[in-house]
Amino acid sequence: MAATRDGYGQALLELADNEKVVVLEADLGKSTKSLHFRKAYPERTISCGIGEQNMLLVAAGMASSGYIPFASTFAIFTERAFEQMRNGVARPKLAVHLCGSHGGTHTGTDGSSAQSIEDLAIFRTLPNVTVMHPSDEVSTRILTKRLATSTNPSYMRTARNKTPVLYDDVPEDLIQIGKGIELKNGTDVAIISCGVLVSESLKAAEILAEEGIHATVVDMHTIKPLDTDLIDNVAQRCGCIVTAEDHSIIGGLGGAVAEHLSMTSTTPLERVGVKDRFGESGQSDEMLEIMELSAPHIVKAARRAMQRK
Amino acid sequence: MQHTIEELEELARKCRIEIIKMVYRAQAGHPGGSLSEIDLLAGLYGTTMRVRSDDPDWEDRDRFILSKGHASPGMYALLAERGFISHEDLKSYRVLGGVCQGHVDMKWCPGVDFSAGSLGMGLSYGMGCAIAAKLDGSERRAFVMLGDGEIQEGSVWEAAMAAAHHELGNLKVILDRNRIQNDDFCETQMRMFDIPAKWRAFGWNVKEIDGHDMNEVVEGMNYLAETNDGPSILIAHTVKGKGISFMEDNPSFHGAAPNDEQYALALSELGVEL
Repeated sequence: MAATRDGYGQALLELADNEKVVVLEADLGKSTKSLHFRKAYPERTISCGIGEQNMLLVAAGMASSGYIPFASTFAIFTERAFEQMRNGVARPKLAVHLCGSHGGTHTGTDGSSAQSIEDLAIFRTLPNVTVMHPSDEVSTRILTKRLATSTNPSYMRTARNKTPVLYDDVPEDLIQIGKGIELKNGTDVAIISCGVLVSESLKAAEILAEEGIHATVVDMHTIKPLDTDLIDNVAQRCGCIVTAEDHSIIGGLGGAVAEHLSMTSTTPLERVGVKDRFGESGQSDEMLEIMELSAPHIVKAARRAMQRK
Repeated sequence: MQHTIEELEELARKCRIEIIKMVYRAQAGHPGGSLSEIDLLAGLYGTTMRVRSDDPDWEDRDRFILSKGHASPGMYALLAERGFISHEDLKSYRVLGGVCQGHVDMKWCPGVDFSAGSLGMGLSYGMGCAIAAKLDGSERRAFVMLGDGEIQEGSVWEAAMAAAHHELGNLKVILDRNRIQNDDFCETQMRMFDIPAKWRAFGWNVKEIDGHDMNEVVEGMNYLAETNDGPSILIAHTVKGKGISFMEDNPSFHGAAPNDEQYALALSELGVEL
């Protein structure tokens, strides 16, 4: 078990050899894990105080001057700087990399004010912006490192709490921006998931397997650009799809997959996500249960999808 | 490049003519704030600003960030007079495919360092440019032009506090204090009380000038160039619509174009024979 935010912090350290890499903080470096970089490279770490709007545009100014800025705060507070991201970063296509940690209801006991459930949706609407929500500490580390050579700005959501490590012994080449990863290869139903719900989706596949149902499980860590080839492939093979995310059912991974499928096939789709409501204080496992996001709920959605074939 | 006061005044007059022509041709745009800022732009580019019109992307150029990006006709007029773009380009103001987009845009126009259009963003961006310059060990500076109404945006003060914290002596602001914003006079929209005191309290070096007296403008630019112990701001008292009698101090010409009759009158006031 490990938290994806730790993968982010580790990646920043590994990127530090590139002297153009700079880190920007808004008083949450201890939480987002950029603090390791700050301690090792204070001269390349810019404290922006509790001021996310300023942070995004300082990063943009630095990107315009040849630097590779990684800025982080809580996912919920990135939303305050949405227009800065839109007008100051995405529009001039400045490669600023924004990380929102503590995303989703999984973040737990801080309660609904801290549980961003709309970040993926809003940043996905911006031209030029790559949007990612990796599932484990290893893939977060690898994808963060890949961002340093990307010419597009990005938004990446990480999670506060620990989740299973899924990619301990895999070749790094497997993990590429914009390429979903098939973790299980079944023919009855395809579960396309991201972030903390990928491990729940794998549990769901095990439960389904006991019933003789063979599920495909895809880790769709990149929500934009969406790996539509893989979606078409699993739609054809399985005949029905479930999406699962710790995010509003409006506009996130489920929304992105629905938008694509609506143009290319009549494959039934069931979306597991936060049902247009806010969360509350609770432990991570309790939140996944009360928000109907845990493995049993993914199983139910898979049965519904299969019935609609 | 050193210019006499008379030459700078003549540069500003030529720019005023182009501003009026651009806004008239487009029948849209923002003449008031362009006319209030133009003596400052002429003074900046004619004195301390280190840029190369034949190499607009020169890495070590000073950056100029027009945060009040709606006052783009002033910027475009200046860029044309200084050879960054052609006078023909000015005809593309607000025209599909034109380098002169409605609000200044670094992706469209040579010599533009910031894609503006949303108020309250330029100071933060300039701060990023200033930090990058320091990290590079470069002498380049970031100049940011703010409108007075613009500083009602809270994010300006996030940046003001952060720039002083980081002791950015290479960050210089020019505030176009023309006292009018979109809907009406600032005094009725949102009183700002003692603006110099606010900046001083945020840790900035502050100087006030008459933004239409070219001697004071040059003196102000010299002050910015020579003040390097932390960020500095030049608060320039200006008149919205300066130079055109019926536009001066008139909130109606924040964002409105002159009609045929007004156009002729405006040009004649600028010494153009029609």
